[in-house]
Amino acid sequence: MAKRDIIVVKGLHKYFGAIEALRGVDLTVAAGKVVVIVGPSGSGKSTLLRCINHLEVETQGEVWVDGQKLGHDPKQINEIRTEIGMVFQLFNLFPHLTALENITLAQRVVRNRSKEEAIDMGLKQLKRVGILEKADVHPDQLSGGQQQRVAIARALAMDPKIMLFDEPTSALDPEMIKEVLDVMLDLAQDGMTMLVVTHEMGFARAAADELIFMDEGLIVEQGSPLDIFNAPQEERTKLFLSQILQH
Amino acid sequence: MSDRGGPLQESASFGPIVSSRRDRLSLAVAQAPLWLIAIFLLAIWAGYFILTRQNFRQAFEFILIGLSATISTTLWSYSMALILGLIAGLGRISRNVIIKNLATLYVEIIRGIPILVLIFYIALVAVPSVVDSLQALGFWLISRDISFLGEPLSLLSNQAISMNTRAVIALSVTYGAFLAEIFRAGIQSIGRGQMEAARSLGMSYGEAMRYIILPQAIRNVLPALGNDFVAMVKDSSLVSVLAVRDITQVARLYAGRTFRFREAYTTLAVLYLTMTLVLSLIVRMIERRYERNG
Repeated sequence: MAKRDIIVVKGLHKYFGAIEALRGVDLTVAAGKVVVIVGPSGSGKSTLLRCINHLEVETQGEVWVDGQKLGHDPKQINEIRTEIGMVFQLFNLFPHLTALENITLAQRVVRNRSKEEAIDMGLKQLKRVGILEKADVHPDQLSGGQQQRVAIARALAMDPKIMLFDEPTSALDPEMIKEVLDVMLDLAQDGMTMLVVTHEMGFARAAADELIFMDEGLIVEQGSPLDIFNAPQEERTKLFLSQILQH
Repeated sequence: MSDRGGPLQESASFGPIVSSRRDRLSLAVAQAPLWLIAIFLLAIWAGYFILTRQNFRQAFEFILIGLSATISTTLWSYSMALILGLIAGLGRISRNVIIKNLATLYVEIIRGIPILVLIFYIALVAVPSVVDSLQALGFWLISRDISFLGEPLSLLSNQAISMNTRAVIALSVTYGAFLAEIFRAGIQSIGRGQMEAARSLGMSYGEAMRYIILPQAIRNVLPALGNDFVAMVKDSSLVSVLAVRDITQVARLYAGRTFRFREAYTTLAVLYLTMTLVLSLIVRMIERRYERNG
């Protein structure tokens, strides 16, 4: 498949009241690429991610996903969101549903799949993230790492073309980070287009095709992870990396 | 909602201090719901009276005639109030300015007027006005040759709408506003992440509400909904002012006819107390069960 640009962001500005969270961001992501976004908190990384599936609506600028410009028609937004899986920092599993029901609900409601199809797909994705045995368990009976893996399975079951990860390991105990990163690495190797906001530099090194450093609502530097880790060009990047990598 | 856990939950921290049997006994007495036992004894005593004294039994049998009206008024009104309350509660959090303000207007107007006044107003002013307007609309439609719609409307008349129906409408509209606030609070108690997760999977706002937010919200407000059901059983007594023959109205009739005020109103009070007590216990059981399940 020819490499096409599946996400195009042009001149993106986002205000929250008087605060300008994004100050003109341009970004292009080719299909199948893994892009990791790093930067200090408050730099606009999460806002950028959330603008791509319109959980936040841009104040100015354009977002194109798979050739479609995001507009204000709720139907169009719902359709585009179906193609974009999102994984949240706090998992956001539905606590009143079992792990499997978490995964089957949107398939049935949004994708109109039959119960059998949805369950087949749900079990397949649970197996993929390695917790098939927890299918009938409610989220409060799962560890943080397991919850996040169910959340990934839930997103994958919709057959998305893009996966967005918003600090997927930041709320996890250290011993659970690896099990989630392993699932993400696996996904990256399968050729999924991924946009990942994270502080896990190990993941960036191992999986990223491109690393983006953001600060104060702008993309400060972008390039291959190797180049940026070994020879950062900008002062702010150097400072950030020295702070985050020194231990 | 869970701050009414009761004395039993505090006992754990007293545990180690209590040693002798006497201490334990006095602690048990101090912690027992004596008021509840007292109410039960009172009810048994009243029941004994009602069954053994001729005058009380007569009053009881007479008042029972009104029980079906009390129960049906309560059940109908509460069911309709649930629907109204859910709609108004969703309206209160709507992002549509007009819907939001309409819902808030409704809730605030109702909450600012005594229930008794609302019952008079809705039953004797609002319902007749609406019926008259609909009738006028019916005649107008007939004059425009749209008689398939016009005829049924023109046949409406205020006589055809019984006081029982008006009472149900009045109580529903009133309690709809109370329940709206309960639903609103329940929906707002669910974290933003739930809506975001649902929307990110492609669900519409309505689908997310229906499948994700409301099931959790309603579960959270079940005790509050239960309390309002108990309150409605009591407030249903107000419809007696519309001459609906509920137990209160029947008791008044009995008292007026026989001058046995003590028999009539004691029996009436015990009847309400029995109903509300049983319902409160059921509400508490539900509450406990949900607290245990987290």
